[in-house]
Amino acid sequence: MSAHENIQDNGLLRFMTCGSVDDGKSTLIGRLLYDTKTILADTLNAIEKTSAKRGMEAVDLSLLTDGLQAEREQGITIDVAYRYFSTGTRKYIIADAPGHEQYTRNMVTAASTADLAIILIDARKGVLTQTRRHSYLAHLVNIPHVVVAVNKMDLIDHDQAKFDAIVAEYKAFIAKMGLFNDGRDIQFIPMSALNGDNLVDRSEAMNWYQGPTLLELLEAALAAHAGRHEAFRFPVQFVCRPQDSANPELHDYRGFQGRIESGTVKVGDLLTALPNGRESRVKAVQIGGVDIAEGQTEQSVTILLEDEIDISRGDMLVKSGEVPAQQKEIEAMLCWLSETPLSPARTYLIRHTTRTSKAKLTGVAFKVDVNSQEHVGATTLAMNDIAKVGFKLAQPLFADAYSINRGTGAFIVIDESNNNTVGAGMIL
Amino acid sequence: MNKQTLSHLDWLEAEAIHIMREVAGQCERPVLLFSGGKDSICMLRVAEKAFRPGKFPFPLMHIDTGHNYKEVVDFRDKRAAELGERLIVRSVEDSMKRGTVVLKTPDESRNKHQAVTLLEAIAEFEFDACIGGARRDEEKARAKERVMSFRDEFGSWDPKNQRPELWSLYNARVHRGENIRAFPISNWTEMDVWQYIEREKLELPSIYFSHKRPVVMRGGAMMPVNVQLVNGEILNVPKAGEEVTEQVVRFRTVGDIPCTAPVLSDADTVEKIVIETATTTITERGATRLDDQTSEASMEQRKKEGYF
Repeated sequence: MSAHENIQDNGLLRFMTCGSVDDGKSTLIGRLLYDTKTILADTLNAIEKTSAKRGMEAVDLSLLTDGLQAEREQGITIDVAYRYFSTGTRKYIIADAPGHEQYTRNMVTAASTADLAIILIDARKGVLTQTRRHSYLAHLVNIPHVVVAVNKMDLIDHDQAKFDAIVAEYKAFIAKMGLFNDGRDIQFIPMSALNGDNLVDRSEAMNWYQGPTLLELLEAALAAHAGRHEAFRFPVQFVCRPQDSANPELHDYRGFQGRIESGTVKVGDLLTALPNGRESRVKAVQIGGVDIAEGQTEQSVTILLEDEIDISRGDMLVKSGEVPAQQKEIEAMLCWLSETPLSPARTYLIRHTTRTSKAKLTGVAFKVDVNSQEHVGATTLAMNDIAKVGFKLAQPLFADAYSINRGTGAFIVIDESNNNTVGAGMIL
Repeated sequence: MNKQTLSHLDWLEAEAIHIMREVAGQCERPVLLFSGGKDSICMLRVAEKAFRPGKFPFPLMHIDTGHNYKEVVDFRDKRAAELGERLIVRSVEDSMKRGTVVLKTPDESRNKHQAVTLLEAIAEFEFDACIGGARRDEEKARAKERVMSFRDEFGSWDPKNQRPELWSLYNARVHRGENIRAFPISNWTEMDVWQYIEREKLELPSIYFSHKRPVVMRGGAMMPVNVQLVNGEILNVPKAGEEVTEQVVRFRTVGDIPCTAPVLSDADTVEKIVIETATTTITERGATRLDDQTSEASMEQRKKEGYF
């Protein structure tokens, strides 16, 4: 028996940090890793050496998130880095994205897989343009939980009145802009990442704050799919047809393999296959050829049906009665990721779940200024632009609105000439 | 109402299965790199869960430096046979014979030269995707690696020109001659790997467990000496003046012998290793991979040259 089996496992939470180095973002991540004992002695040694080499006196925890030679040469962060820590009861994946305006695409990338966003505010500066940008992007990409961390409280004498004023300013801003107005979970924490106040340990200097620490919030945050009903969505990735001549039992085996994007499935459920619309009941749900009682959201399973239906990669199984519309024209918010601008003349590929279709732009309704959230006119998009656009498709998509289902509401745009991923879309 | 949350191991396993199926669904000629090491052993279990009762939609392949521990090589062959899957072995020594790999010194680590043999094998079989067991927690160049990493026809990794990767929409499209390196266990840590091995009761090569071994101290690390290779040759004969002692050790990672150091440990079961991993103060590569300490950017450099 394992000594670890009695420890509760609250699964896994993915979160991102939004802010710049100036806000203490790297220090915050370094602190979380350090206080949860994720940083090991040799890594700390290496950072100490580098800090000394660069003439710094104290150990610079931000060096932990410092990455590639290519980045050091240019003195910039070019990419999202992923970090890991565990509290023993929950595993965390941090997406660390550079916070500057020209890296909107990196923020959107990091946000796409995050269940929670930490938006950092420098207590001396309050709500800045970049705070607005980060909040808008967290809203756009529909991150379920938002934590506004008012950092550097030590530099404003841990003043409660100033903290309250920043909270009020932030709430007024999101109310005015209509951000997070869908009942999303927003929390505010006064913090000093440098001293570790209210990250893992409660702050003595701010005993006026009775709310949870950052780690307590992370430990308690519900995973993205927990606590709500979602329609069953099963994009088929691969069809398993063993046809093992040595094993006649497997001759008729036809397993539809995929990951459950949302909802649950069990034996007897009546499913509809898309696009052909044919129905059948579930004969078995398996992992690795072994029956399981019920397939859960985010689980990768194999589904066997009672009837022989022609289903292949790119098709989708859904529960009858919860069938999504088949769409050949979509409206979406699109973030452009490529240095080559979006061309209204060209045909692109759209990847949505496991389905790929040719697509053409039908129009750009407006572009969003990510700093002010104002709408501006546009006919094309450059890298880091976000816009409301329309596409028409050669093949129908089985899509839900992104605000309802991130898995079946998201798509990427691919440039066939070089196969690059050039756009990220969220269906309206 | 969806109340249940997957445990962290179930979540990581589900993600890895999804990634492997995406490779199988999107690519025409994928291959799974299997070395007999713990990470690739986990990948084989993931592949079983992804594709059984069918056969794997890809062969297994090992790039053998010729300087691998016999225990690991034997395990590799045994495991592939048990699974009934095809194993391709391509050897760095064959590349040396062809003259495509030239060593600086005869005892130089052959680890980085695996990249050459790998690229030759990719060309030979026209593989368009290689599934590997690299993890982002191993090293900082890996922390920024994509799950599906694009390589041009020279096998080069360009950190400035990687495809953005959003949601779980992986783009494995390539033109002829290019390939994708796919990393299904990107998000696993060393601890996750050991917990998975424990949960799935996976068998491992014996050298992962505590055993006695003659070693010398060389370059600040423990170096196993007088290692008998598969071909009977003895590797790492102690140099004059080096003191050979017998130590109780295990390997945290098994790679090319000259660049993989063991750690002192009396953990002789998976359970003990899990506990030891939870309390260690040294990172996996820091303790044991001599090739990563050459310079601050050595992994990044090797990846640019086609390495995993």
